[in-house]
Amino acid sequence: MVGREKIRSLLLSLLILGVFLAIWQIASMPSGGSQVVDDEYAKLVGAAAATGQKSAFPTPVEVGAKLVQQLAHPFYDRGANDKGIGIQLAWSVSRVALGFGLAALVAIPLGFVIGMSKLIFNALDPFIQILKPISPLAWMPLALFTLKDSNVSAIFVIFICSIWPMLINTAFGVAAVRKEWIDVSRTLEVKPLRKALLVILPAAAPTIMTGMRISIGIAWLVIVAAEMLVGGTGIGYFVWNEWNNLSISNILVAVFLIGVIGMLLDMCFARLQKAVTYRD
Amino acid sequence: MLPTSIPLAADPVRTPGFLKVQGLRQAFPAPDGKGELVVFDDVNFEIARGDFVCIIGHSGCGKTTILNVLAGLEQPTAGHAFIDGREISGPSLDRGVVFQSHALMPWMTVRGNIAFAVKSKWPFWSNAEVDAHVQQFIDMVHLQGSEDKKPSQLSGGMKQRVGIARAFSIQPKMLLLDEPFGALDALTRGNIQDELVTIVRQTQQTVFMITHDVDEAILLSDKIFLMSNGPRAVLAEIFENPLPRDRTRATMHHDSKFYECRNHLIDFLVHRSKTFASA
Repeated sequence: MVGREKIRSLLLSLLILGVFLAIWQIASMPSGGSQVVDDEYAKLVGAAAATGQKSAFPTPVEVGAKLVQQLAHPFYDRGANDKGIGIQLAWSVSRVALGFGLAALVAIPLGFVIGMSKLIFNALDPFIQILKPISPLAWMPLALFTLKDSNVSAIFVIFICSIWPMLINTAFGVAAVRKEWIDVSRTLEVKPLRKALLVILPAAAPTIMTGMRISIGIAWLVIVAAEMLVGGTGIGYFVWNEWNNLSISNILVAVFLIGVIGMLLDMCFARLQKAVTYRD
Repeated sequence: MLPTSIPLAADPVRTPGFLKVQGLRQAFPAPDGKGELVVFDDVNFEIARGDFVCIIGHSGCGKTTILNVLAGLEQPTAGHAFIDGREISGPSLDRGVVFQSHALMPWMTVRGNIAFAVKSKWPFWSNAEVDAHVQQFIDMVHLQGSEDKKPSQLSGGMKQRVGIARAFSIQPKMLLLDEPFGALDALTRGNIQDELVTIVRQTQQTVFMITHDVDEAILLSDKIFLMSNGPRAVLAEIFENPLPRDRTRATMHHDSKFYECRNHLIDFLVHRSKTFASA
């Protein structure tokens, strides 16, 4: 029965995709009329689009062809403004990995301390509450001014946006470790480091993992915007560059791939989360 | 049966005064801010080495607090507790605790849970030594075949067996059991009681146990501590079990003295525990 349910939902998904692509195809198909247009404009957007025979918006077939073309040569490098989409994605993923990794290195130990001590929790809470809702991009000018490097600034922005969910979830998970497990470790005279690693960490791991999953999602959202600002490399810059090129097909290819990578990142963390979750 | 390598107590002689409790009192600030709420007051008792003591009383008389003080998990408002001549100032590997909720780590296997305790006691043992030691105690509670299961895969009775094995595995001077069978069904409870009787008689372990079950207390204990009702509970009576030491669950109720004991304890719980303080 479960198998049939799966097949039916898959068929429905395919149907939805088909309808969506059909509407898109019809809406972006060339229309009949012809009109006289300015030569300069025609050169810029292409004769077909300028005369209205064809919408400037690409059809799904065109986008599909672009996607195949981009994926066929993902790592070519022909100068600053013409790099393969694989190179751009690799830049973005590595920035996210670095910023996120640094945030985890800070947030998890700090969250541990906050979760263990009511005093430190109460002392740091106002700062966290104020810093948390700040859009990470608001830090960008400050980062550029102080760090004086656009690449480092982008990583900093990822760091600052990833840190809060991990910090808060770690603190919450550590504070919520069941008293009976702590009591067991106390009666066994377990040394603090051993207790932290073998009791508190595994007990809080599912909550910490949830925080990491939220953080990686936010980091992937933010990197696109951050790279549009700092420029140079990355999938965000690619999107912006293709906008300046008026290559809607390339933008759509990038948008699609941003979604795919985001999904893969989330799936990785979902897998990790499942691995550390225990049944009581 | 116990594996032979678990050392049996060499000296079956009951050393008196092994555990001493003097003037124990627990009080909290009253909720209305005026005065204090005394849970229990002036509790004094001694337990000899090798004694099995059960403590019985209604909820709120502070049984668990007394056990937690003996475990070193709680500080009393006043009074002192000594074990083997040394004052109890905190938790220690001297005292093994079996928690009512079994308190197993759900992310560790049966073996892992017991090994965690064993490695805490003997941090410099090799893995082989730890494994061998753990296996003895798994065998002791008849959990062979479940070594690699997680607690979530075990029944309530099996979980509590792991809890008992974990407490015994560190070979403590004293065992503290906080109503260990409270959450189990009657049949499972009976089986584990039998196992506990066997293990305790062979190891001559000193045990302090909380229970609500009068029959359980008569079966297991040499002495039964009766607490009056809280607040301001006191240790009302220390009842010496007159039944022979080799009593079993199957035959105990045929002993002529059994119902005498049972009636005495139930009378206390139903009537005298209420009126004791005012009497």
